[in-house]
Amino acid sequence: MPDKTITLDVFRFQPEGDGKATFQKFDVPYHDHWVVLDALNWIKDEVDGTLTYRWSCRMGVCGSCGMMVDGVPKLTCAAFLKDYYPSPVRVEPLAYFPVERDLVIDMEGFLDKLKSIRPWLIREQEKPLEDGVYLQSPNELASFKQYTMCINCLLCYAACPVVGAEEDFIGPAAIAIAQRYNLDNRDQGEHLRADAMASDEGAWGCTFVGECSEVCPKNVDPAGAIQRAKVDNTKDWYKRMLMPWGQR
Amino acid sequence: MMKHRYQTPMGPLWFLKREGYRRFMVREMTAFAMAAFLVYLLYWLRAIGDGYTAFVQMVELTRNPVTVTLLALAFGAVLYHSITWFNLTPKIMPMYVAEEKIPDVWAAIIMGYLPCAAVTTVILWSVMRTG
Repeated sequence: MPDKTITLDVFRFQPEGDGKATFQKFDVPYHDHWVVLDALNWIKDEVDGTLTYRWSCRMGVCGSCGMMVDGVPKLTCAAFLKDYYPSPVRVEPLAYFPVERDLVIDMEGFLDKLKSIRPWLIREQEKPLEDGVYLQSPNELASFKQYTMCINCLLCYAACPVVGAEEDFIGPAAIAIAQRYNLDNRDQGEHLRADAMASDEGAWGCTFVGECSEVCPKNVDPAGAIQRAKVDNTKDWYKRMLMPWGQR
Repeated sequence: MMKHRYQTPMGPLWFLKREGYRRFMVREMTAFAMAAFLVYLLYWLRAIGDGYTAFVQMVELTRNPVTVTLLALAFGAVLYHSITWFNLTPKIMPMYVAEEKIPDVWAAIIMGYLPCAAVTTVILWSVMRTG
């Protein structure tokens, strides 16, 4: 053990237990270049192999290692210990999600919400292969590219009080991803996403707290996407009311 | 074996947990000041309809230091509410000129502050002119 150590105060929960959660303190070697995930891996390797958490790439790409670090949703692979040292660091599972074990959350609810907005390119009719690729100008790409950066890390859900208050709220990432497809000029499925998007559980459920964009590690700006979805939805409504004979 | 799941409690004081939540609550709560001011305006309208005595009573009420303080507080709250929303406008409706996104500061000025200043000027001008 090096001279310097830092204390991690880690959330523990065993589904086989009495249903109560506890916190356990671990003294972990301190290195300037270590992130919270390194510290968790050290605990698992050296102290307690039962500590359970998700992680994969260690480079902010896979979106698996999101946790609450001192109450703020963060990718633990990008949360450096030096930003907290010498204070202890509290590590908890992402807020508002049901916890399965220790730091592992249940993401089934999110996956159902994601499915509800049909996150794929929808064509009314595919053009034949011999007609070549679907062309897209740089500006057409720029209109939605930001939203393609989402890695489904769910930090935005853990930052959103509406997610905590309204179980059915589709949530920031799913709405940003819906916008990603709605704004893609190759997509023709906006009307199929409209019911989910325009409902109270969709974009209109958002009260624009804006914290989802603050914590997003990929600068997706889901809060902006949701407000723009509201604007688009309002324009569609006026179009339908003023020009009922026009197309939807 | 019985398996449990744990749900993090949200708690009634959730909005104290983060700086962003606190700012959000202040922004939203300042809307009540606007509502209160509108109720005050409605009282003015009724007083004008009720005749000279009611009008004078309303003038007296408005001169009361308590009313002046409340109006000053309401004005501050409404200013805060408007400024925070004007600053958020570019997020809701980003502006493009010749396919280039213009900076948020300018978008807020063009969509929020300038129209607001123009309307305020027209109202002030018409009030001063007739007054």
